[in-house]
Amino acid sequence: MIPGAFAYHRPASIDEAVRLLASLGDEARPLAGGHSLIPMMKLRLATPEHLVDLAAISDLKGIRQESKEIVIGAMTTQHEVIASELIASQLPILREAALVIADPQVRYMGTVGGNVANGDPGNDLPAVMMCLDASYQVLGRNGARRISARRFYRGAYFTALEPSEILAAVRIPLPPKGHGAAYEKLKRKVGDYATAAAAVVLTLNGGKVAACSIGLTNVADTPLWAEEAGSILVGSSLDGATVKKAIAAAEAITSPAADRRGPAAYRTKMAGVMLSRALTRARARAN
Amino acid sequence: MAKIQVALKVNGKTVEALVEPRTLLVHFLREQLNLTGTHVGCDTSHCGACTVDLNGKSVKSCTLFAVQANGADLLTIEGMASADGTLHLLQEAFREMHGLQCGFCTPGMILRAHRLLQENGHPSEEEIRLGISGNLCRCTGYQNIVRAIQYAVAKRDGVPFQEAAE
Repeated sequence: MIPGAFAYHRPASIDEAVRLLASLGDEARPLAGGHSLIPMMKLRLATPEHLVDLAAISDLKGIRQESKEIVIGAMTTQHEVIASELIASQLPILREAALVIADPQVRYMGTVGGNVANGDPGNDLPAVMMCLDASYQVLGRNGARRISARRFYRGAYFTALEPSEILAAVRIPLPPKGHGAAYEKLKRKVGDYATAAAAVVLTLNGGKVAACSIGLTNVADTPLWAEEAGSILVGSSLDGATVKKAIAAAEAITSPAADRRGPAAYRTKMAGVMLSRALTRARARAN
Repeated sequence: MAKIQVALKVNGKTVEALVEPRTLLVHFLREQLNLTGTHVGCDTSHCGACTVDLNGKSVKSCTLFAVQANGADLLTIEGMASADGTLHLLQEAFREMHGLQCGFCTPGMILRAHRLLQENGHPSEEEIRLGISGNLCRCTGYQNIVRAIQYAVAKRDGVPFQEAAE
């Protein structure tokens, strides 16, 4: 399979990349790790006339802490997230989620920015970012802006990003000390997108849930933040009846497609099962 | 589209060439450099037959443009054995442990196992299986591939290879 012809650009700075994307117009696409875009180009489902490769822009790489936020450059790879001590100690859920993305080779190339910004509802990190209340730092010809992950996703492959804008970094507020978190993903095999997956971050106070945030992957056109399900659990001791109510609330906002992963009703139920497992593990990890 | 001049190191040798931007790395290796040890399997970034080592990372060369490898240091299966033909430890291990039948996945498996052992010198069986989870083999059932990687570790350490108890 041979992609269509295109012109290749490799800017050295973010400014140059933004200028290029603005001047080249609709037929230009930024290239990050390429592991979603290049397969689409090989199938001729995408035929951009220009690719703007972001790989040479060092300002887009790296993981650092800035006061109470973890900042991840958009071109940081999933492999680098998995290897990061800062992520392992401060945001273990991100490491757990990155480990179930595709396979080792894909994770060496696949980037955090590409995963959260290309709008594929099958990607694992968007629901985790919604769960963590991350925001996306975006640069375009009209300057910089920040968009909340919870308001970023509009539809399949359709996000709040304007065509000439690029995602520069993901900013994640540090979860409270003692929080427990988990990402549970059901998939048919290594490399598959989720049949359904759930992200949970919660804090406990005297055995009761003080705060709880829930994200769901690949059970709608967009990743989902299950706000109501999370608030149902606040104040509870995660007793069976309340958990059941929260799972019902989470299942109610799903609208998965029936595909080879199963019928829609099955995938909705699996979202509930993943949520139940993620709650159990998050609670065991909280203190 | 205008071709682009690229320069990269392939198996220790500097290579300069003109490539079309849309040329995939695997096609560049096989058709322009005549390095046909890297195989095209599924052509959809699932099977790992096209795995090569790029700047110390295992990558699927069917899902990368040759221009992205401009300036890179690349290792393919042709670069594993010594110049005098002595097999690389992993190649020897795959032969000794019957880690291949048809051999189609083997170059990718060996390049991936090589990077895995660079990052984790003493992987557990589970770590080996997860480490090669991006490489499909339709012959061996993976048993002998895992055994081959364990054999290479033992041989490297100069200890007798012992199979784990069933």
